[in-house]
Amino acid sequence: MSLSRDEVEKIAHLARLAVRPEDLEGYARELSGILAFVEQMDAADTEGVTPMAHPVEASQRLRPDEPDEPDRRDRFQAIAPSVEAGLYLVPRVIE
Amino acid sequence: MQWETVIGLEIHAQLATRSKIFSGASTAYGAAPNTQACAVDLGLPGVLPVLNEGAVRMAVKLGLAIGADIAPRSVFARKNYFYPDLPKGYQISQYELPVVSHGRLEIELEDGQGKTVGITRAHLEEDAGKSLHEDFHGMTGIDLNRAGTPLLEIVSEPDLRSAREAVAYMKKLHSLVRYLGICDGNMQEGSFRCDANVSVRPRGSDTFGTRTEIKNLNSFRFVERAIDYEVERQIDVLEGGGTVVQETRLFDPDQGETRPMRSKEEANDYRYFPDPDLLPLDLDAAFIEKVRATLPELPDEKKQRFMEQYGLSAYDAGVLTASREMADYFEAVAEACQGPAKTAANWVMGELSAALNKDGLDIGDSPVTAEALGGLLRRIHDNTISGKIAKDVFEAMWAGEGDADTVIEAKGLKQITDTGAIEQVIDEVMRDHPQQLEQYRSGKDKLFGFFVGQVMKRTGGKANPAQVNELLKGKL
Repeated sequence: MSLSRDEVEKIAHLARLAVRPEDLEGYARELSGILAFVEQMDAADTEGVTPMAHPVEASQRLRPDEPDEPDRRDRFQAIAPSVEAGLYLVPRVIE
Repeated sequence: MQWETVIGLEIHAQLATRSKIFSGASTAYGAAPNTQACAVDLGLPGVLPVLNEGAVRMAVKLGLAIGADIAPRSVFARKNYFYPDLPKGYQISQYELPVVSHGRLEIELEDGQGKTVGITRAHLEEDAGKSLHEDFHGMTGIDLNRAGTPLLEIVSEPDLRSAREAVAYMKKLHSLVRYLGICDGNMQEGSFRCDANVSVRPRGSDTFGTRTEIKNLNSFRFVERAIDYEVERQIDVLEGGGTVVQETRLFDPDQGETRPMRSKEEANDYRYFPDPDLLPLDLDAAFIEKVRATLPELPDEKKQRFMEQYGLSAYDAGVLTASREMADYFEAVAEACQGPAKTAANWVMGELSAALNKDGLDIGDSPVTAEALGGLLRRIHDNTISGKIAKDVFEAMWAGEGDADTVIEAKGLKQITDTGAIEQVIDEVMRDHPQQLEQYRSGKDKLFGFFVGQVMKRTGGKANPAQVNELLKGKL
């Protein structure tokens, strides 16, 4: 499987990455190379094999339902670019 | 052409845990902005989610109540999209292996017919924060208190065939989650909200039409109105020779219409993959059985019992078991009144419900307790007052004038059961209405009611009706 220039552009957009147009070809080639490398696994017969959800053979530990986090808003907001009335301010997201 | 409507609902129920699904921050509603958003909820670097056992129990509880399969192993996945109220850039959800699948819910249609609605799956996920678009100097304000609140997304099969069926299903599920104590069901606060997938197809067709998704419906009435509008719209499009576009729409209650949502670009390319921060959730039989032991009597079981134990009709039993609070209230009244349960049922569904509605109160906030109402009904059964007078007493109790006995005493409403006193009134009535008496005696039976009325009037409604009838018959 190889990726086209357009597909790389779309993936970059989904990941909100700014890619210079002149770099698109190069990324397409490199990413296609990675896909081709991984594609070798298609040769393995996986009939009847349960897909692995996690490489570690263990199961999820559960936490008792008890609130134990103090309010540390002031510390978190000290490093935020913009806050007001306890809210984080971000560039307007709807027109 | 005859069209058939096809609807499937996705319902998000906020689980009533005390802490968040993956962090120890509190989930209490209404706190000051961002005071309940910890490092995990904020998606700060280096933090790890740890799953809340309470949320898992609640999901399993719902699964058991709808006869579903509980997955021995389920997996959390990342659903990727960018929005400022989702700080990590992904929502932790479940995709291929949800914790609950293949359930069903019985609903009752208006004609009294039952219908089974399939539930495809119910999966655990985290809620996002809230964006406030009011004017912060052209900026958007973000409150992350809600971020990480556990949600159970309950997805139905496309089994619903009208807006009313959709509402019946939603109400049934709403009642169920509250019975189970896994969600407070508060729709105004967004604890129970619904997305509706709607399509139409020619009647008799077995393929689905193109569907649209109506997002964020937060009342039963909006669900009904939005679906009705959307069905009409789609039929108009198709009959006009057009095609329905698969899209997400929002319902505008003021205009009573649905409109396409401004498209978040590529919104549907979520690129799900298993979350490497979380291990698979393994649930063994012992865990599931422990949860099963905590299941309360479910609405359908309670309804059946009410019919058998109290001799109520299916309709009455259905109304009284619609919420656990109402059912508990009724049972307390039925016990306290020491008389026929049917009277208790009538009062709870009649006077009490009307008074609650009028004052906009929930049954838990009723100024007249179940024990107090039972005390009032006891005075009907033992003939201290008539059913009619009881309504006046109830009003006084509602207004805070004390319990039934206090009101009856203070207002002198005790029923007149003294035969001599009633006879005396009857004699007066007969004396004052010789003409009617003559007519009655010459065969005009209908006038009997006139005499009963006169006697009741003169006693201020306090004469025992049965005694009045009997004594009148003899005297006339």
